[in-house]
Formats: sequence, structure tokens, C-alpha cells
Amino acid sequence: MSETVLQHNQVSYLEYQGRFKGLFAWIFSTDHKRIGLLYLYSMLVLFSVAATLGLLMKIELIAPGKTIMDAQTYNSFFTLHGITMIFLIVVPGLPAVFGNFFLPIMIGAKDVAFPKLNLLSWWIYILGALVVLSSQFIGDGPPDTGWTFYAPYSFRTGTNMLPAVTGAFILGFSSIATGLNFIVTIHRMRAPGMAWMKMPLFPWALYGTAWIQVLATPIVGVTLLMIVLERTLQIGFFDPALGGDPILYQHLFWIYSHPAVYIMILPAMGVISEIIPTFARKTIFGYKAIVVSTLAIAFVGYFVWGHHMFTSGMSGTALYTFSILTFLVAIPSAIKIFNWVATLHKASIDIQTPFLWALCFLFVFMIGGLSGMVLGALSANVHLHDTAFVVAHFHFIVFGGTGFAFFGALHYWYPKMFGRMYDKGWANIGLAIFFTGFNTLYLPMFYLGMIGMPRRYYDYVEEFHGPNIVSSFGAMLMIAGLIIIITNLIRSARKGEIAEADPWKGKTLEWSIASPPTLENFDEIPVVTKQPYDYE
Amino acid sequence: MFSQKIPDASNFVKGVDTSFMVILGIIFFFLIAITATMIYFVFRYRKSKNPKATQIHGSVSLEITWTIIPTILVMVMFYYGWIGYKPMKEAPEDAFTIKSIGRMWNWQFQYENGKQTDTLYVPLDRAVKLDLKALDVIHSLYIPAFRLKQDLVPGKKQMMWFIPGRVGEYDLFCTEYCGLQHSSMHTSVVVMPQDKFDKWYIDTTRVATLITDKPGALGHLIVKKNGCLACHSLDGSKLVGPSWKGLFGKTEVVITQGKKRELIVDSAYIHNSIHNPNSDIVKGFKRGLMLSYKDDLTDEDIDEIIKFMKTLSE
Ligand code: HEC
Ligand code: HEM
Ligand SMILES: [Cu+2]
Ligand SMILES: [Cu+2]
Repeated sequence: MSETVLQHNQVSYLEYQGRFKGLFAWIFSTDHKRIGLLYLYSMLVLFSVAATLGLLMKIELIAPGKTIMDAQTYNSFFTLHGITMIFLIVVPGLPAVFGNFFLPIMIGAKDVAFPKLNLLSWWIYILGALVVLSSQFIGDGPPDTGWTFYAPYSFRTGTNMLPAVTGAFILGFSSIATGLNFIVTIHRMRAPGMAWMKMPLFPWALYGTAWIQVLATPIVGVTLLMIVLERTLQIGFFDPALGGDPILYQHLFWIYSHPAVYIMILPAMGVISEIIPTFARKTIFGYKAIVVSTLAIAFVGYFVWGHHMFTSGMSGTALYTFSILTFLVAIPSAIKIFNWVATLHKASIDIQTPFLWALCFLFVFMIGGLSGMVLGALSANVHLHDTAFVVAHFHFIVFGGTGFAFFGALHYWYPKMFGRMYDKGWANIGLAIFFTGFNTLYLPMFYLGMIGMPRRYYDYVEEFHGPNIVSSFGAMLMIAGLIIIITNLIRSARKGEIAEADPWKGKTLEWSIASPPTLENFDEIPVVTKQPYDYE
Repeated sequence: MFSQKIPDASNFVKGVDTSFMVILGIIFFFLIAITATMIYFVFRYRKSKNPKATQIHGSVSLEITWTIIPTILVMVMFYYGWIGYKPMKEAPEDAFTIKSIGRMWNWQFQYENGKQTDTLYVPLDRAVKLDLKALDVIHSLYIPAFRLKQDLVPGKKQMMWFIPGRVGEYDLFCTEYCGLQHSSMHTSVVVMPQDKFDKWYIDTTRVATLITDKPGALGHLIVKKNGCLACHSLDGSKLVGPSWKGLFGKTEVVITQGKKRELIVDSAYIHNSIHNPNSDIVKGFKRGLMLSYKDDLTDEDIDEIIKFMKTLSE
């Protein structure tokens, strides 16, 4: 018996041969690391599709009137783009890829609590993705409702929106299963000595996120199910023509979808809290403050959904309350920013690619968060709601926040995951182009919103032309940067230099094991005695 | 045509712009200060300059400071947002009321004396109240120059009000996504001095009597004003609804109560298609998209439309 254990522990998880061969060794693997990579590859494909749709939309908007597509196509593009980016990429993204891969390792476990459930979540995810994508090809044309499926338009449209809704419903189960799995793993499987306050911050962030996933996702599930019932059986929940209430739909939708923004952003904050101490060679400033802010965001985030509905005609008291709460939820995020910057004070900074990603993250995330202050103020919100300003704001938060953290995480943990290093020169050039393009793309959209350009506009008046040209040019630049970044990563997975076990001199547990890790991660479960970022 | 930068275009511009500028000032300060500090630290404490880091675990007094200061600042921002917003909810009693209707995909404004327009005409320096009504899906009436926006939710009563402060023509958009032609649901607000407005308001004779010499011209005007052309083309191309080119007199395949049948398009059929659009559905098109125009169009109006359609079949 000891002999087989030894064998398991000598080959890396990438080479390990189990019961199945080839592709099946992956899609039937219950190893948390392989599942993490399955998610990574699926998301890379979906992201490329959705980003291409985004680029095509921006090309369409380079001039008023018809440029390369008609209005119906444009409307279905932003719908599919939004659904894919939100439900298939940024909501599940960081937990599914890096949470799966690194959560067990960072808390000193051999796998998650329920490996089979974990594999099942990936299968459900793929099923959901296929159902969403099928809406493009079957029935009466691709859905054109926007990712928000607002009633009653979503009942009026002749397009095939049911599969998209059903797909989002299915994806909810995957999200709940992953969340549950992580909660149990964190409670039950921490290595001996790893008290709660000795846990690294990425697992902490995943913990906060998992609770939102488990508690908030059922709401959207029920809401989407109600749409399905209404459309098929004509039960009137939301459509006024059937006696329903469209505002009720908006409440239900945002009760989930606002906390979902925190599902997206908390793990991103966790990633940044890992990268910064490693390259600063310094323990994180204010560990406890960061943990408390994480939990505060997860909690207060439940009570601010109404800020998406300031112009839909709520009562004065509701408006007032939602506005105050929205401002309050910004404070824990601000505290995190201050702590990250303070960590750099008197540090000894090794400026490497992942660190540059973290710096860029801080900059764009601040713009996203601060522009949210403008939207949280009632009077400014009335002017800016549903304009290009909002589109810029959420791309800065969601793409700038989660997207940058995702790429940061990929560059940070890449040597651990693949045992090879990417070309750092190309990685930095890609980042520079991408970062420039990103800002050129989205900053003009703030201005467009301020001068009154509504969102989801296929066509616009001449007044808006100038900034749109700049923005479309930025999109092309940004996509060029993305292509460089992704090509470099794909190429290096096979051809890159062999990486050491601890190329960045990190202190958390994943850097104490082989690169790539062996099947069971640890030869022997470690005993934790120190704080996670101990650089004494 | 319109400018965003007119500070007195409506009575709300000042409140909104003040809150905007206060918040912008605060956020620019933070953005610049934090970014500068960050960049300074990265240069000052890079490895080559500072080979050994000093381990600092945190500081309770700093944590308290940077919790309290932002809390105060966000309360200031909230306050400005709130006072800029409050007056928007309280329309004066004696406001000049205009019924404003949004439907896929045009606007219609109905005045108390029965006048109907697709452009919003309002008198200068007088409180104007818009009673909002959506006929099909949610729309949102947005006048950027006035800093005003309100959703129109079917089945719900909503209103918005303002006092125009400067003569001119301003853009009016729909900002709640409402389907195919959402971005062309665009018209303007025309602000006129009271005397000019009164003259315009009293003149309820039909503009169209001036152009009746051209056959179908009045009908053309009616369909334009009622937004039919958002869904029906005149040149044979297929939009949401069937084109009217060559429609009159042609043989049409329709679905009536689930059964397919053929008929010749005549005046009675067109009349019925406008009053009960869902009784016969043209093959290849969706039911439920076209709403009945029973309450909007008189029989004379429909006769004019038919005259106009005939010109498209010649
Ligand atoms: C929201 C889009 C929309 C608007 C606005 C609209 N229609 Fe329609 N219309 C349709 C659709 C869709 C059909 C085809 C389905 C049907 O037969 O009901 C149709 C059918 C018709 C037909 C029958 C055409 C045929 O080929 O047999 C007539 C006549 C007509 N509409 C007249 C009008 C008039 C007049 C107006 C304006 C007062 C108008 N429509 C406004 C969508 C619209
Ligand atoms: C992680 C990355 C991204 C996320 C999460 C994201 C998310 C979204 C969402 C949710 C919408 C709104 C759709 C709707 O209103 O229904 C949207 C719209 C849009 N996005 Fe993205 N996006 C991302 C990347 C991109 C990229 C790469 C581009 C361009 C190259 C882009 C360009 C656009 C455009 C043009 C719109 C349409 C705006 C409108 O018409 O309202 N996005 N995006
Ligand atoms: Cu929100
Ligand atoms: Cu609209």
C-alpha cells in the first residue's frame, strides 16, 4: 500500500494516470486541480467569444447609423455578451478556477470536502453553458432582452429567450454546489494549527463569497423559474397584461444580482491580498481589518439592491435608505485599498508581472468604486442611470476588478499550476497595451454618459460621435493586448522555462509544495504555526 | 442643437450639477492621492533601493482614522445627492399637465385641449408636469439637458415635472431598453416663450389641411405621428411588421384562430387590422406586437391612412 501512495505522490497531477485515459482522464477526474483547469479552459473559450462580441459592438458604434450589423443583431449581441460575461465568466470565475485549484492547497488539504460534487458542478456548468448557447441556434432567433431579462419586454419579444433563462437557472445549481463545497472544506479540512485567524486571505474571501452563493443564488433561481412559468403557462407574476407587476421582477432580480457583484469582487480582493505581500516581502498590513471588511461587504451587500431602481418609481423612504446603504458598503472596500497601499510602505518590492497586474487592479478598481459614489447619490443617479456612464462604471468594477484580478492570479499562480514560466517580457508588453486600451475604451464612456448618451443604443445622435470613435479605437487596442497576453500563456504551458517550486518567494502553503503539485498535494499534511504572511 | 452645458435649462440642473461636482471633487482627490502614494511607494521601496522590508502588522489608530474619514465623506455625498433629488418628487399643484405616452417605439404628448404631438412643446418659466403612461413595455423618458429621467411602467402611474428656464430645442431619449428600435425612440423638447406657446397651443386646426392637394399626404402625416413606421416600412423591407409597399389589393396569407387562410387586402381588412391587430396575424409575423389603435385613430383617420396606402400600391 505504501508503495502506491508513494507513486501517486511522485508524479504531478498533470501526468498522473488514473482509471481513464486521454480526455476522459480530465472530464471524469475528481481531482480539484484538474477541475480547476477544466473551468479555466471552458472559460477561456467563452471569454474569447464574448469579448469578440464586445469588439464587434464597439466597431458598430464607431459611427452613427448602421456600420457593420443591423439593430436586431446588435441587440442580441449585447444580450449574449452580457449573459456570458456575467453568468458564465465573472460570477463563477475566480472561485471555480483558482478557488478549486488553490483553496485546498492553501489550507493544507488534499482535496475539497466533496470531490464528486465538485466534478458534478463542472458538468452542470457545461450543461448550463450549452443551454445558454443553444438559444442562439434554435427557435425564433437569438434572445434580445439584455442580460437583465426585464419584464414585460422579456414576455413580449418574439425571440427565443427561454433557453437563455433556463441556462442561467441551471448555472445557479453549479454555483450553489461549489459554494457549499467550499464552506464545508474551510470548516472541516484546515490543516492542524491553522486557526481561522491564521488562514490566508484568499480562502477568507472564498468563504465570504461561498455564503453569498449559497444564500442569494436560490432567489435568482426562483425568479428565473417564474419567468419560465409565466412564458409557458401564462401565469401572471410580472407581466401587467396578465395582472403581474414588472417592478416586482426588478426587485427579485436585483436582490440576487447585486450580491452577485460581490460574488465577483470578493475573490478578486482575495487574490490581490495574496499578490501584494508576496512581492512586497512584507506581511499584509491590517490582516484583521481586511477579514472584517470582507465579511462586512458580504453582509451589507445584501441590502443595497434598490440602487438599480432609483428611477423606477419607489417610495421616498426606500430611495433614501438604499442610497445611504450604498454609500456605506463602499467603506469596507476603501479600507481594503488603504491597507493594500499601506502594505507597500517600507516594503522591499520585487516588481514582477503579477505585481504589475495588482497595481493596475488598484487603479481601475478605484475608478470603478469611486464612480459608483456618483451613481449612489440620488440626484446624480437620475441623470446618469441607464446611460453609458453606468456601462463604464460596471466595466471598471467587473472587468477592471474581477477581470484584472483573474489575469493577475493567472500570472501569479501559473508557475505553480503548469510547472513552467511564461515569457515575462511579452507578459509585460501585453499588459501595457491592454491597460492602455482598457482606459481608452471605457473612460470616454463616462463622458458620453455625462452628456446624455443612453445605454443599449445601436444608433446615436451626431453629438456623441467623437468620444465613441476614441472608445472604439480603445477596444481594438485592448483586444490586441489580450491576444498577446493569452497567446503567451498558451504557448508557455508547453514551451516555457521550467519553474521552481517557489519562484516568487511566497510564504503561503502552495509555495511549499512541488510545481506542478502532485496528485495529493502534500506528502504529509503540514502543521501550521505561523501567520500566513510571515516574512520575519 | 442642444447643449448640456446650459446651467438654467431646467430648475433641476443646478442641484444635480452641484452634487455631481462635490462628489467629483472628493473622488478626484482620493484617486490622485492614493495613486500618487502607491507609485511613490513602489519607487521608494523597490528591492534595489530597500533590500530589507520592515515588518509592520497594522495600526489600530490608522484603521480607525481611515474608517471614520470616509464615513463622514460619504455622508456628505449622500446629503448633496438627497437635497438635489428631493424637489423632483414634489410637483406644484398648478403645473401645466401634459399626458405623455410611450409605446414601441414613439412618444406621444396629449394636451388638455386635445392637441396631440410627437414633439414635446412646453412654455418657458412655467411648471410643467408630465403624466406618464407606457402602453406596452417599460420605457424611460430622459431629457439630458434638464437632468431628468423617469421610467414609464405599464400599469403604473408615474409623473415627472420641471420648469424650463431657457428657450430652445433639447433632445429627449428613451433610456430603458425596449426592443428593436429602442435607440430611435428619440424626439425633442421645444421650449417657447409663453406668448408664442399660447399661439401654438390655441391653434388646433390641422396642419394637414394645408397639404391635402397631394393624395395620401394627410394619411402619411397620421402614420408618421402615430409611430406606425417604426414597424412598417414603405419600401418593401421587412421590419417588425409587414411592409406596406404594394399591400393594398394584394393576396395576403393570414392565421385566424390558428387556421391559415387567404384574403384580398381591402379597406375593411385594414380597418380591422388597426382596430384588432391580433384577430388576423400575417403569416411569418408575431402576434402581440402591434397594439390596437382603436382609441387613437378615428374612422376618418383610418380612411386617410388607406388613401395613403393606396398610393403605395400604384
Ligand atoms: C410595434 C410595432 C408595430 C407598430 C407600432 C404598428 N404595427 Fe401594424 N403590425 C405589426 C405587426 C407585427 C403586424 C403583423 C402581425 C399582425 O398581423 O398582427 C402588423 C400588421 C399590420 C397590418 C396588416 C398588414 C398586412 O400585411 O396584412 C396593418 C394594416 C397595420 N399593421 C397597420 C398599422 C398602423 C396603421 C399602425 C400605426 C397606427 C401600425 N400598424 C403600427 C406591428 C406594428
Ligand atoms: C470581463 C469582461 C467583461 C464583462 C464582465 C462585461 C460585461 C458586460 C455587460 C454585463 C454588459 C451589459 C449587457 C446588457 O446591458 O445587457 C456589457 C455590455 C457591453 N460590453 Fe462588456 N463586458 C466585458 C468585456 C467587454 C469587452 C472585452 C468589450 C469590448 C471589446 C465590451 C464591450 C461592451 C459593449 C460595447 C457593451 C454594450 C453596451 C450597451 O449597448 O449597453 N465588454 N458588458
Ligand atoms: Cu448593484
Ligand atoms: Cu427604449
